[in-house]
Amino acid sequence: MKKLINAPETVIADALRGIEAADSSVRIDHQHRIIYRADPKPDGKVAVISGGGTGHEPLHGGFVGHGMLDAACAGEVFTSPTPDQMQAATKEVDRGAGVLHIVKNYTGDVMNFEMAAELAAAEAGVEVATVVTNDDVAVQDSLYTAGRRGVGVTVLVEKIVGAAAEEGRDLAAVTDLAHRVNEGGRSMGMALTSCTVPAAGKPTFDLPDDQMEIGIGIHGEPGRHREPLAPAKDIAAQLVEPILADTDMSGPAIVMLNGMGGSPLLELYLMYGEVAPLLEKAGVRIARTLVGNYITSLDMAGCSLTVLKADDDMLALWDAPVQTAGLRWGR
Amino acid sequence: MADQLTLDIAKDWLARFGTAVQEHKAHLTELDSAIGDADHGSNMARGMTAVNDAVAGSAPAALDEMFKSVGMTLVSSVGGASGPLYGTFFLRFGVAAGETDSIDAAGLLATLQAGLGGITDRGKAEAGDKTMVDAMAPALDAFAASLADGGGLADAARAAATAAAEGRDATAPLVARKGRASYLGERSVGHVDPGAASTAMLFEALAASVT
Repeated sequence: MKKLINAPETVIADALRGIEAADSSVRIDHQHRIIYRADPKPDGKVAVISGGGTGHEPLHGGFVGHGMLDAACAGEVFTSPTPDQMQAATKEVDRGAGVLHIVKNYTGDVMNFEMAAELAAAEAGVEVATVVTNDDVAVQDSLYTAGRRGVGVTVLVEKIVGAAAEEGRDLAAVTDLAHRVNEGGRSMGMALTSCTVPAAGKPTFDLPDDQMEIGIGIHGEPGRHREPLAPAKDIAAQLVEPILADTDMSGPAIVMLNGMGGSPLLELYLMYGEVAPLLEKAGVRIARTLVGNYITSLDMAGCSLTVLKADDDMLALWDAPVQTAGLRWGR
Repeated sequence: MADQLTLDIAKDWLARFGTAVQEHKAHLTELDSAIGDADHGSNMARGMTAVNDAVAGSAPAALDEMFKSVGMTLVSSVGGASGPLYGTFFLRFGVAAGETDSIDAAGLLATLQAGLGGITDRGKAEAGDKTMVDAMAPALDAFAASLADGGGLADAARAAATAAAEGRDATAPLVARKGRASYLGERSVGHVDPGAASTAMLFEALAASVT
């Protein structure tokens, strides 16, 4: 597999140098691999950080900036960052009002953030709250799994909660909102191809040309099941149905049709065109829409659908100004 | 044949484990590709390289100091699930070993059990969940049984290595219930758990070091 890299071992460090060169609105701590706002928040406001394995860009580093995150910690590709990174970021961004950690529900992420919170608690001073996102309806039997994975809704949580923190809401209110957004959101993903982790150099799984994988996560882990490739309208139904079967989505909603990294925007818009009428027919009133690559899986072809049942507060916070590499409006 | 785990033997154990992980890096990653996310080999190799560099560059006076540093190095260099799990194992191992420069076979069993306790506290895995616990728990049982039968440190460590390898192989027919492999459900059947595979290497390295 051909990659635009120097060496597999230097991918993260090299990419961070590129982000630093490209975007003067962020500052990079190269030692801890943390992306910060160049212009930190004023004192008294809640700070919001996230982090995770790399390979999901623009999540999370591309969402650092006004109206979203205060910092993002970068792990190795598809590997959670380490507790010392999150601890350093937590201390750095705290403005005296506490720090919210946004964690995707993956075993490694949860354990590393947990250790970071323990370490931060041992050092007095910083109040830390945590929200673990778990919106992936592809994971059915959660008693016998590590629980539903945190996927697309993480983008929406970071936007909405980031806006609330920017507005000056306190840590309890921001944390409660984060939980409500997570609980109101559901996602379902699919892949046309595997992805190739630079260090492995070959596709993570083998998916024949005439097959697709339904119910994938965001790390190239295989999905719920595999079946023959179908037309876009059939794939759309396979994304919409499990979401609507899981929870009532009638009323206003924010909908994200997300690319996994290797599918052109042309196809993502085509898919959105198939998904939207199915949702509307089921009583979902699409209030806001996002189509594009926001939480990716390296070079995987495919897409995911996220639907968030949104109240007026969430919609207003969604519309609030945001200025990051990945999302930018109103400012 | 050693009857004590000394600082030098502990160093040798870690070096052997590092070498094994490095040699089988591709194999571990391949196991992880089948049911996980294809990074266990590279993560463990990176972590153990950091550990052995740190051990080589320091002169710890006691086992607790040494293994706490090993644990913190793994926690801060591995990431993923393996970092906190192996890291917590060695941190608890170090605390249990205490401020001494050697422990006997019974003492080693107690420290290994403390380490395993750290893994189950952190990861909440139970026997049969298709995780590293399925290699480590039988290894410690075999270690204890060998001591009860009058075996020495080398016998117990060899019995533990054998049991860990059997435990590793026995993960193949299991359905994963923890970690990313759990998302595969029945599709995880037929694959050896990568964490159980690296754990078997840890016990093979221990057996080789005390022989």
